[in-house]
Amino acid sequence: MKKTNDTTIHKTGLGARASRRLSNTVIYIILILITCIWLFPFFGIVLESFRVETTQQVPYLFPKEFGLDNYIRLFKETDFLKWFGNTAVMGIATAVLQTVFILSMSYVLSRLRFKGRKGLMNFMLILGMFPGFLTLILIYKVFSELGLTNEMAPVGLIIVYCASSGMGYYVSKGFFDTIPKSLDEAARVDGATRWQVFYKVIMPLSKPIIIYTVLMGFMAPWGDFMMANYIAHQTSDGMNVAVGMFEWLSRTNLNTHYTMFCAAGVIVAIPVVTVFLFLQKYYVEGVTGGAVKG
Amino acid sequence: MKRLSALEYLKLNKFQAFLYNLKLFFCAIPLWFCKLGRGILNFFKNCGLAIVNEFKDIGYTFAKGNWAVKLSFFIFGFGNFFYGQFLRGMLFLLFEIVFVFFMFVPIGGNPLGTGLYWLDKGNWFKVGDTVGTVQGGFQYDPIYDTDVWVPGDDSVKVMLYGLLTIIFIIGFIYTWRLQVKQCRICMDITAKGKKVRSGKQDMKSLLDDQFHKTLLSLPLVGILAFTVLPIIYMVLVAFTNYDARHDGYSNLFSWVGLEHFNALFDFGKGGLGLAFGEILSWTLMWSFFATFSNYFLGMFVAIMINKKGIKLKKLWRTVLVMTIAIPQFVSLMYVSKLFDSSGLIGRILGQIPFIDRYLDVNHFTSLWDSPDVAKVLLIVINIWIGIPYIMLMATGILMNIPADLYESSRIDGANTFQQYTKITLPYMLFVTGPYLLTSFVNNLNNFNVIYLLTGGTGNPINTDIGTAGGVSVGHTDLLITWLYKMTLGSADTRYYDASIIGICVFLVVAVLSLIVYNIIPSTKNEEDYK
Repeated sequence: MKKTNDTTIHKTGLGARASRRLSNTVIYIILILITCIWLFPFFGIVLESFRVETTQQVPYLFPKEFGLDNYIRLFKETDFLKWFGNTAVMGIATAVLQTVFILSMSYVLSRLRFKGRKGLMNFMLILGMFPGFLTLILIYKVFSELGLTNEMAPVGLIIVYCASSGMGYYVSKGFFDTIPKSLDEAARVDGATRWQVFYKVIMPLSKPIIIYTVLMGFMAPWGDFMMANYIAHQTSDGMNVAVGMFEWLSRTNLNTHYTMFCAAGVIVAIPVVTVFLFLQKYYVEGVTGGAVKG
Repeated sequence: MKRLSALEYLKLNKFQAFLYNLKLFFCAIPLWFCKLGRGILNFFKNCGLAIVNEFKDIGYTFAKGNWAVKLSFFIFGFGNFFYGQFLRGMLFLLFEIVFVFFMFVPIGGNPLGTGLYWLDKGNWFKVGDTVGTVQGGFQYDPIYDTDVWVPGDDSVKVMLYGLLTIIFIIGFIYTWRLQVKQCRICMDITAKGKKVRSGKQDMKSLLDDQFHKTLLSLPLVGILAFTVLPIIYMVLVAFTNYDARHDGYSNLFSWVGLEHFNALFDFGKGGLGLAFGEILSWTLMWSFFATFSNYFLGMFVAIMINKKGIKLKKLWRTVLVMTIAIPQFVSLMYVSKLFDSSGLIGRILGQIPFIDRYLDVNHFTSLWDSPDVAKVLLIVINIWIGIPYIMLMATGILMNIPADLYESSRIDGANTFQQYTKITLPYMLFVTGPYLLTSFVNNLNNFNVIYLLTGGTGNPINTDIGTAGGVSVGHTDLLITWLYKMTLGSADTRYYDASIIGICVFLVVAVLSLIVYNIIPSTKNEEDYK
């Protein structure tokens, strides 16, 4: 009786190891598959951007002739550089302004208690349920009166991106919530004003969330099509990359602009991916933290 | 329905327990409505009480106040001056002067003041009347010897200025109440022999106990000007006939009351109601599949990467995170073309006999033309887009689950699957409950994925519902993309329909959120997380 028991244990031990090895192999296969699927489009876009023989879509992936023709055409024949500049300016301005807005809103809601705080939060929650871009109908009218469309569209867009950004306070509020309240109280007891607590105690501790907010602000204009198309659709001078490049893949332009789109896509991706990979750690912290706190 | 005690509940077998829970859930639904109704009633009751109290207080202040307080009922900030608060007094007085000047002082030849002028022009809510009174038109100009455009009112502007004036008036009433209250407080403080706050102290307190006002001022002004005001404006538009033909400038638009809301109940071909129903059902379906497919697959990937013994964890994660960094419009539009008829994947898939025949029979040239295939493709591609986010989030949460839970369950003989269903999943669901809701709502409004993959000019989509709201409706259109098309780039733009649909979207989201917030446990207490 005892003997059989031992063998079973022995067997399961062996079996467990074997099954673990098997399951690990399966997982590796799945992960490699996932990696291939996820990276395929990006390999595709990079490869196609170097294709010289044709500007159309082709049934094979690797170009028959490599060259920089698409990139040269991009800068010589189109307004791409202008769009790129616009988007970069918007990215930097939005990163700064949006951070100021979001941080002050979330700090107040997280750490200060005042009359109407709960009401304000509910109000913004309800406000957020309204489809946001409908506000653009009026904003566009007003902006065109003020001259903030056409060539000045980037300025208008910066205002649109930043003005209401206080409503996106959730992630950073979640972060501030995790900083112990006793820190504030200790500083207050020592005679610090609330401004000093904010500036000298909490802000130095908030580097991750500040970087996260800056990163989000910087990335927003690069990917935004919806708002940018609304404000900047008239003149090529005021467009961001998304709006400008959108037309290249329309039925009429597809065959002449397809490879150029790929080239432009590669160039657009470079700054964003570089910044992102450097600050990846903070992004991950923001995503995980924000989700947990709701 | 009778609630079972804990002991009785444990006696039930699994199926009975499930039935019991189901019954409990459905029995609770009427209760929610009761709660909701009671909540609304209470809200109005509280509002009414607050207003009554406010008036009582004002009357009391006037009766008991000294002459300075009484005078400040008419001259803003007089009480503040009287008690030595010059800064506040100045601000209040300035506000009143500006207001009176704006409202009543006639400038530029019109007999009314600016504010009254704009209010009067708006013909507010008079059904059948135009917004603005002077219609622009062509008139003969002897100098140029031809008809020239003589601009009249612009309804858009008239309505906006009118709205601003109304907001100004509300602000005026609020400020009046505020300064009366402050005078009263000053009086009380002085009566007790204490000193009121000086202007210098006021300024200082803005960095201390009034610090929230300083920090909030900028974001709140932004939200009021760029979200609240335009939303109120858009809601008002629903009661007008503001569209491409009545654009306010070349043709004044007018108030029509609830007329356009009737279209919501028009279920005929091209009717707003039919289109809304169809699109809403697809939107909900899309949102459901998009949210949960991402959620479970993303969690699955995270669990795989996190598993003990798997090497190169950082590499796998970085590969997925890379895809977040690349601007969505680049990857989405490229992928959309990949699946198109002449794209790489589209061609390969098109050569599979089964798919080929399906496309042929229906005269579809590409996969995107077929409504069902397109919908499936959207969900699949959305998985490609969404998994990295969930993976990151799930990784963080999975690491928070105490490892000894797993160990003790293994000793008790649980296998991996049981561990997943009994430990991982409940924990994840509890922690990410609010996230699931936000992500569901975000997917309802997921403009990028839908519009960049199918809704743009490059991909003609089957238009079965025909046109509704002045634009052709595609099979894959969500409410948000439909709205977008309605307001931009259509010759038959109907802002009023867009506004009505916008209100409906708001209602859908609000009702959904309300229900979900009532079900999930982890939203109950904000302070719990601290």
